Amino acid sequence: MLRLYLLAGAGGLLAVGLLLFGLSHSNYVGNVGIAPAQPVPFSHKHHSGELGIDCRNCHQQVEALATAGLPPTHTCMTCHSEIWAGSPMLAPVRDSLANNEPLHWTRVNRLPDYAYFNHSIHVTKGVGCSSCHGAMNEEQLTYAAQSFKMEFCLSCHRAPENFVRPQNEIWNMQWKPPADQATVGAALVKDYHIAGPERLSDCSICHR
Amino acid sequence: MRPRLVLLLLPLLAVAACKRQDMYTQDRSQTWDRNAFFANGTSMRHPVAGTVARVAPNPPAAAPATIDAALLARGQERFGIFCTPCHGRAGNGEGMIVQRGFTHPPSFVEGKLRQAKTQVFYDAITNGYGAMYSFADRLSPADRWAVIAYIRALQLSQNADVASLPAEDRAQLEASARQEAAK
Repeated sequence: MLRLYLLAGAGGLLAVGLLLFGLSHSNYVGNVGIAPAQPVPFSHKHHSGELGIDCRNCHQQVEALATAGLPPTHTCMTCHSEIWAGSPMLAPVRDSLANNEPLHWTRVNRLPDYAYFNHSIHVTKGVGCSSCHGAMNEEQLTYAAQSFKMEFCLSCHRAPENFVRPQNEIWNMQWKPPADQATVGAALVKDYHIAGPERLSDCSICHR
Repeated sequence: MRPRLVLLLLPLLAVAACKRQDMYTQDRSQTWDRNAFFANGTSMRHPVAGTVARVAPNPPAAAPATIDAALLARGQERFGIFCTPCHGRAGNGEGMIVQRGFTHPPSFVEGKLRQAKTQVFYDAITNGYGAMYSFADRLSPADRWAVIAYIRALQLSQNADVASLPAEDRAQLEASARQEAAK
C-alpha cells in the first residue's frame, strides 16, 4: 500500500513538473506573440516593411546606448505633420506634441531587473535586430518574439559563431544563417573580437 | 493510512516554489519605466527649468578639412536612414513619404540647390526648412557634415557624364544597363 502511495506521489510530482515546465515555456506565460493595447496602433509592418524606413530613423540610440530608444513625438510628427494629419487614430500623437506630454506606450519586451542588457554592443558586434525581435517588418501590431529566458541568451553567448552576421546585415529582418555560417561565423567572431564562450557566459557579463 | 495520504499532496509543494523572485522587479527607476512619483508618470526627467549647461551638449562643429571615403560612407548611411524617406535615394525628392503626399522637397541634384552654399544644407538640417522638421536631435554636427558631403557626391554622380567614368566603372554600368534591358 505504501509503495502505491509513493508511486502515485512520484507520478504526481512528475506530472506537475512537466505541466509547470510546459507552462513556463509557453507563449502565454512568456507573453510571446501577444500584442498589448497601445495608445496608437502603431504598425512596424507598415513603417519598416512597406515604407522601408530604417530602424534607426526612430530607434536612433541603438548603436550608441544600452537602450534602443523610443522616438520622441517630434520624430513621429516629422511625417505626420502632413501625412494622416487629421486622422483620429493619431490624435494622441498630436496631443502629445501640443501638450509636451510623452506618449505612454506599454512595454513589450522586458528583462528582469537583474539582467543588464546593452543594445549597442550587440548591434555593433554582429547581432542583428531580428535575432531577438523576430521579423519586426512583418508585425502589424508590436509583440515580443522571444520570452528572453536565460537559456535564450546563453544559446548565443555559448556559441556566438552560429548567430553573428556581417555589419551590412544587422538591419536585415529576413537574415538567415547562410550555408557556410560555420566558417563565416568563426571569422566574424574573430573580426569583431568577440571573447570566447567561457568569458561570454560569465555570470558578471549580464548580472552585476 | 491517513498520514500516507499526505504524500499525495507533496506535488503541491512544487507549485509553492513558483513565486517569481523578488529581485525580478527591483526598487529602482530605469530608463523608460513608468514612475508614479513624477507628475507626467515617467522616470526620465528633463533638466529643471533654468538649468545652465557647463558644456554645450551639441556644440557646432566646423566643416571637416578633408573629405575622405570614410566620411562619405558615414554620410551615405545617415542619408539613407534620415533623408531618403523624403529626399529619395538619388536626392531628387521622390522619397516614399513624398509619394504618399508629403510636400515635395526641392531636388538636390538639379536646379538651384546644386549651386547652394554648404551652409544652406547645414542650417536646414539644424533648424528645419519649410515642411521639414529640425534634425538637430537626430544628426550630430559631425554627421550633418557627413550627410552634406554625401549630398555633394550625389550632385556629382547624378549629373556625371558616362564618358567621364573610369573604364572599369563604365563597363559595370553598361553591363547593368544591358541586364535591365533584358528584363
